Amino acid sequence: MLARTADNLFWLSRYVERAESLARILDVALRLATLPSAYAGTSNEWESAIDIAACREAFFANHDVANQANVTHFIIAGENNPFSIRACIETARHNARAVRTAMTTEMWEILNDAWNEMQRLKFQSFTSKDLTKFLSFVKEVSLRFDGGAYRTMLRTDHFWFQRLGMLVERADNTARLLDVKYHVVLPKTEPVGGGLDYFQWSALLRAVSALNSYHLIYRGGIKPWLVADFLILKPEQPRSLISSYEDLNRVLDFLAERYGRQGPSQRLVRQTYAGLQNLDIDTLFQTGLHEFLAQFLDDNNRLGMAISEQYLQ
Amino acid sequence: MSERTVFDEMGGMEGDPRAIYREVAAWFKQASPELIGNRKAEAEAFFRRIGITFAVYGDEQGAERIIPFDILPRILSNAEWNRLAEGLEQRVKALNAFIGDVYGARDIVRAGIVPEDLILANPAFRPEMTRIKPAAGLYSHIAGIDLVRTGPDEFYVLEDNARTPSGVSYMMENREAMLRLFPELFSRLRIKPVDHYPDELLATLRSVAPQSASREPNVVVMTPGPFNSAYYEHSFLADRMGVELVEGRDLFVRSNVVYKRTTEGPQRVDVIYRRVDDEFLDPLAFRPDSTLGVPGLMSAYKAGNVTISNAVGTGVADDKAVYSYMPEIVKFYTGKDAILANVPTWRCREASSLSHVLANIGDLVVKEVNGSGGYGMLVGPHATKAQREAFSAKVRANPDNYIAQPTLALSTVPCYVDEGLAPRHVDLRPFVLSGADKVRIVPGGLTRVALKKGSLVVNSSQGGGTKDTWVIDDEPNPARAGQSQAQKQG
Repeated sequence: MLARTADNLFWLSRYVERAESLARILDVALRLATLPSAYAGTSNEWESAIDIAACREAFFANHDVANQANVTHFIIAGENNPFSIRACIETARHNARAVRTAMTTEMWEILNDAWNEMQRLKFQSFTSKDLTKFLSFVKEVSLRFDGGAYRTMLRTDHFWFQRLGMLVERADNTARLLDVKYHVVLPKTEPVGGGLDYFQWSALLRAVSALNSYHLIYRGGIKPWLVADFLILKPEQPRSLISSYEDLNRVLDFLAERYGRQGPSQRLVRQTYAGLQNLDIDTLFQTGLHEFLAQFLDDNNRLGMAISEQYLQ
Repeated sequence: MSERTVFDEMGGMEGDPRAIYREVAAWFKQASPELIGNRKAEAEAFFRRIGITFAVYGDEQGAERIIPFDILPRILSNAEWNRLAEGLEQRVKALNAFIGDVYGARDIVRAGIVPEDLILANPAFRPEMTRIKPAAGLYSHIAGIDLVRTGPDEFYVLEDNARTPSGVSYMMENREAMLRLFPELFSRLRIKPVDHYPDELLATLRSVAPQSASREPNVVVMTPGPFNSAYYEHSFLADRMGVELVEGRDLFVRSNVVYKRTTEGPQRVDVIYRRVDDEFLDPLAFRPDSTLGVPGLMSAYKAGNVTISNAVGTGVADDKAVYSYMPEIVKFYTGKDAILANVPTWRCREASSLSHVLANIGDLVVKEVNGSGGYGMLVGPHATKAQREAFSAKVRANPDNYIAQPTLALSTVPCYVDEGLAPRHVDLRPFVLSGADKVRIVPGGLTRVALKKGSLVVNSSQGGGTKDTWVIDDEPNPARAGQSQAQKQG
């Protein structure tokens, strides 16, 4: 397939996945904001939302303080935010339009409908009811897009590059979410596992639709290290880092076999995947969760670039 | 100018419809305004959903617009269509022969039929093509011939489009919309299908692949990119043919062979159905500032390693000055009189014509020889005195650049406009595919409508709309007739 087409599919899937993550980030912040401060702690969940969304600089260039009104607006549709939900959907649709022939009608229609909807919405006058509705809408778009791709695309390399984009982005988002929560959720003065933690960790699990499945797997109270274990090392959890890497590894192997050639992206993905397989949660906490996640984000980023150099130019 | 009687193809709003429209007119007569409103809304939703849009240059607001679609179909009978198809095939064969001659021996010039300067001074003339022999001697593989009608049997060719005619995606999507909206009419009438157009196009393109191509020639569609007004159509055609949609940057030339950049490395390309204008195709041969093209493409073309479709330089055959010679051109290459008539045309380059045009400018349509899209023209009867004077001055300053034609009483078909059903002028663009093996024409084409009352300009950039075009197989078919008889009795 054309390298440019693969590039577009890779990126448009990343943008759709990112739009969903942003919606989830806002969801969790909204939930935390409704808790009395005795439960939620004194930390500013809106500032942490900005951190997870990785737009601190852009945000504070335009605003002095982070509060619900300006953070939600900035993340949803901020004019000066190139990675707002609206911008992500727009870019995804723009990329899709450039490679319409590479995807199925179903996938295109989902993005085009979402884009038409965005044109119609009046973000300036959003009520909190509108906001909740909008966030479910965004999650639905991503679910439908992903399902549309899974159910309608031919299993040719078009499909595999679409998957690669989604997986790289998903790993990035889960790691980011964990990393920032790690700071926010474990203030130095609070004993780990105290009552305050409970609501914050559960909000985090809820953000990745994993609260129920956490209980299914661990059958106990919510413990920070178990949440980390769940979102980093449990292959059964589809948003965990190891699960994303298991799939990335499989897809890249498949492409290598198909094209009869291995390259840097196969080497990188194998390295990171093996690292995750050999890791246990105790060692991870000894080296420091934050250090681990920083390293992971870096590796994941390098994998994205390697894929780009190897296939997309 | 006095009102002339205008031929309405359905037979007017009242009274008996023409036979071929009987079923359709009856349906629309019995339909309630609500039902019509619903079907219109459905059509609008359909087009918005599939994202079939076009862009109007110089219009920031309307970066992506939907072309207005009218739900009342335009209908031709079998006999009407067969005569048109015969005329179209003849005309396009002559066009291809003419282009080959222009870049070859120029017999037609030596025979004194077409003046040489008309060819050599034509901005669309590409000297490079005198050294290139395209496969099967064909140049315009895809031609769009614009037809107008003034009476039951009077059809005229208004314009030939031998470069990169567009609109075929509307022809197909209009049909798709109508199939969804009026299944009852489709089951009753034998409407000839058009949805095999992409297969016909691909067969045509493959038939003109260069000799060095593999047995399964690799065809691509080349687009200037998503910002082009016809981008939807480019991606639509690539999709339906199942071939790659490429931009210039996806291709490169090595040792006079064209390759596309893929995830598996370079792959050879044999036929390029390009929707990029000549001068942007290759920065080494034409405009050096073009970023839409492929450096070296013309050398590969010259080496016979790739087919560019349509060929470079086909524009010499479709400007409006050459148009006026078409009856003679058809006769010269086919040995027969043209089946399809030209609109009588005055060439302002000839002194006697010029004075006639200037004296009668209020009754004429004056066009720029190289203009398109309804720009750069004056519709005399609809222009103000000041506009006529300004235009006369332009014509006087550069007469070679203009032709004039009488304002024809173009036929109408009823359309749903804000005030209800009203007659609007239409034209028809059928698409003619010329392959090494044969000529292919799908029955029908794109009907364009001038939605403004009284307007004769049908271009989408000037507020035109479209209709689905039905060729109804109305000739008695013994097997089928028996069947419907049986059904009636049952």
